[in-house]
Amino acid sequence: MHRTFEKLISECEHIAFDLQFSHAKAWKRASSERFLAGYLPIYIPREVIHAMGGLPVGIMGTGDRMQIIKGDAYYQSYICHLPRGVVELAMSGAFAEFDAFIFPSICDVIRNLSGMFQIFKPDVFVKYLDLPQNFLPSVGGAYYRREIETTVEGILSHRSTVPFENEVWVERLNHSIRLYNENRALIERIVTIRQEYPWRVSAVDWYNVLRSGLAMPVEEHNNILYELEAYLQDDRGRPLDNIRVVISGAFCEQPPVGLIKTIELAGCYIVDDDFMLGSRWIEGDIAEDTSDPLGAIVDAYLQHSTFSASLYEAAPASGTKVERLASLVKSRKADGVIFAAPSFCDPALLDRPELQLGLERAGVRTIGFQYSENTGQFKVIKEEVGAFSDSIKLWGSGADGSEPDSHMWLPTVIEDLTAIA
Amino acid sequence: MSKIIAPPPFLKGAAKAAAKPSEVIKERSMLLQKQMLGDLFHDLTTAKDTGRKVVYTFVPGNLSELILAFDMLPVYPEINALQWGMRKKSGSLIRDAEKYGYSEDVCTYVKCDVGMFLNGNIGPTGEKLPPPDLLLLSYTGCFTFLKWFENLQKLYPGVPTAMLHTPYAADGVITEDMVTYMVRQLEEDVIPKMEMVSGKKFNPEKLSRHLGLASESEDWISKIFDLTKIVPSPIDAYFAGVYYIGPINAGFRGAESAVEYYHQLYLEVAERAREGRTPVTPEGELEEERFRLVVEGPPNWTHFREFWKLFYDMGAVVVASSYTKVGGLFDNGFRHDPDNPLESLARYCMGCYTNISLPERVNLLEGFIKDYKADGFLINSIKSCNSFSAGQLLIMRELEQRLGVPVSFIESDLVDPRYFSYANIKNRLDSFFQMMDQRKRVGGRHQFSKPEQTSSGEQCSMILPVLQQEGAL
Repeated sequence: MHRTFEKLISECEHIAFDLQFSHAKAWKRASSERFLAGYLPIYIPREVIHAMGGLPVGIMGTGDRMQIIKGDAYYQSYICHLPRGVVELAMSGAFAEFDAFIFPSICDVIRNLSGMFQIFKPDVFVKYLDLPQNFLPSVGGAYYRREIETTVEGILSHRSTVPFENEVWVERLNHSIRLYNENRALIERIVTIRQEYPWRVSAVDWYNVLRSGLAMPVEEHNNILYELEAYLQDDRGRPLDNIRVVISGAFCEQPPVGLIKTIELAGCYIVDDDFMLGSRWIEGDIAEDTSDPLGAIVDAYLQHSTFSASLYEAAPASGTKVERLASLVKSRKADGVIFAAPSFCDPALLDRPELQLGLERAGVRTIGFQYSENTGQFKVIKEEVGAFSDSIKLWGSGADGSEPDSHMWLPTVIEDLTAIA
Repeated sequence: MSKIIAPPPFLKGAAKAAAKPSEVIKERSMLLQKQMLGDLFHDLTTAKDTGRKVVYTFVPGNLSELILAFDMLPVYPEINALQWGMRKKSGSLIRDAEKYGYSEDVCTYVKCDVGMFLNGNIGPTGEKLPPPDLLLLSYTGCFTFLKWFENLQKLYPGVPTAMLHTPYAADGVITEDMVTYMVRQLEEDVIPKMEMVSGKKFNPEKLSRHLGLASESEDWISKIFDLTKIVPSPIDAYFAGVYYIGPINAGFRGAESAVEYYHQLYLEVAERAREGRTPVTPEGELEEERFRLVVEGPPNWTHFREFWKLFYDMGAVVVASSYTKVGGLFDNGFRHDPDNPLESLARYCMGCYTNISLPERVNLLEGFIKDYKADGFLINSIKSCNSFSAGQLLIMRELEQRLGVPVSFIESDLVDPRYFSYANIKNRLDSFFQMMDQRKRVGGRHQFSKPEQTSSGEQCSMILPVLQQEGAL
């Protein structure tokens, strides 16, 4: 161990919330071959940027750590908060040393923000990464492959660098895939430890560690995760009489840390969540050591993406979103689900009625509220979550202890609606 | 009888409100449109008896020609919602959806549609709409469409969904990769599902025939909206424009009836232009065109007439608008191509206004302001529609910076009456009109348009009638 647990967490917190991205910039300055590619939530294939010699830097907004002045001048009151902070960062020079920006296709706000960056930063490569909503390899897969290839070509042309020879590229990309496979595996192992012993590392501390990974090289983050995993082998902290919850809906604009802390203080252990979902987007490993690593990345997206409001639910073989969330609740042995979504987030909020109803039908207790990344008052939320926690402690999680009937969470909203009509 | 509104002091001696109270005389095009829409609704209400299959789909990137080629009938949920809004009945439907768990924050078109379902799927005409046989999710220019149809999939379990993901033209170009992606989706998912549902084999010749007719309609509608470059404009390209785009957006593009309608409409509008007449408003023909505007964003539907009146009372005419391009952007020369049917459908979808990038939207609007000789640029920002609204303030800044044109910004919603504040909008518009009026009086406007040569060789602007009248030139 090189540092204490507290120091580890403290360093991660500093990097995670350094809105000047100093750690990433320092990494870049070490070599003229290096570059920074900022990306917006949720998911991009970071392996590709890494293999090119760049550092993918997650841009998750400003949270409650920066006063937004200029950013507000670009957005109406009914647009979510995240892009205001991103514009504020752009205007304040925080992205001065960035070489590229990638905007994955998750909603209209992020999409249009890509156009705003084209206007703000005409000399920088701006890519709207149109993730396919068609999951056939010959259709969506072929298109996605070209999207990644044009991203690579765009970065190369903006940096006036020569493409790698094919063999070198294959080797580099396979190496990057291995590193990110390791990263995801470590994250899942720690989440599993937290599921059993959530008191060993608080949700906020774990959040800081996870978020810091968006602003540092994956090699460095893997070392941090190994250190944390080692610390978590021993019992730490003290178990509390908390219920166990899964948080859903917070995949893009992140909740303020105070909100995460509030949920814990109100009597909940967060045993799984969709914070920084991009870091966990691919479930399982991407094939390593293949002759076509780019194809492996594409296949993983088509076949092993997690479920999300930004992804079309096209009768997936692995189940509907309701089924997959219910399955997650079961595997994490959670008592309930907290739907926490940012205000004005159409994707999350349009998923919520169906998810909430589906889970209630499956015997899973739920509660929902909205937040903004700079929400500063948590009293009401604490009351609501506290009442939710108390009710589960008093009367159980809602199910009678028997296994929920899998058919109950099949899409049967129609029955309810018909009854109401 | 309409009453004449006294002009405000800053318009002294210049403005006269819409003036000629007259009986509503329906022109032939209006009768044609009424007949077309009436027939469609009749076909829909009898669809189950006649065996016609019903497709629910969206306006932007709609595949009208393909639907016609399979003899299916389209239902457009957003058109139902806007019609409920115009009938002032959308509010209760939205509240019903909110009671069911939908957030106040999300798109009100979706909530209006869900509310309509909760209330028995009675359409705005009072007749029950048939349930869909196919959900055709042509996902163009609006991410919420995707979420909307995921919700409809739950409301109509078992109904097949054909998904067509339209790539976003983020870099201002439509690449061959994008076209290939769309064509493959059409070939491998959309058309097979339409064959399955309709029970008919895909007939490429039939599709091509409809595409040829679509191209003719597109020619006519382009010519119609081109006529508003004339001063004074013969029509309002926004408030009246939304009626004119009705048939081409409601499933008739590609039908012979649409060609007939748009040809007839062109003849009527051209005649108005030839006679130098001003637009017809709900209170008669506008007496004088005082301000020419370009408007970005959809209109408000719940207070449509009051909203329009705020403009025509001031003699303001919208000469070009982005909203009338949501169902297709034909100004740039795009036409459906019978010789390349599927590629043509793909390029159409990707070229709709809401699918073009923000910089391209700025360029397009800049062209509108110049080409249509506008005095000002206005954004009606819609709370429900992030596709339009996110980034609009930057669009406004860019245009102001490039052209020095007076700009203004108002906010409302599509079909949620709670978000229409008459007083706020009127205050903003009053300031805007005052700003344009002052600009005219000091001769400082149109920094962005070159003065035109008169026959006598003097430089004079055709589009500054007020200044000419007042001897300022």
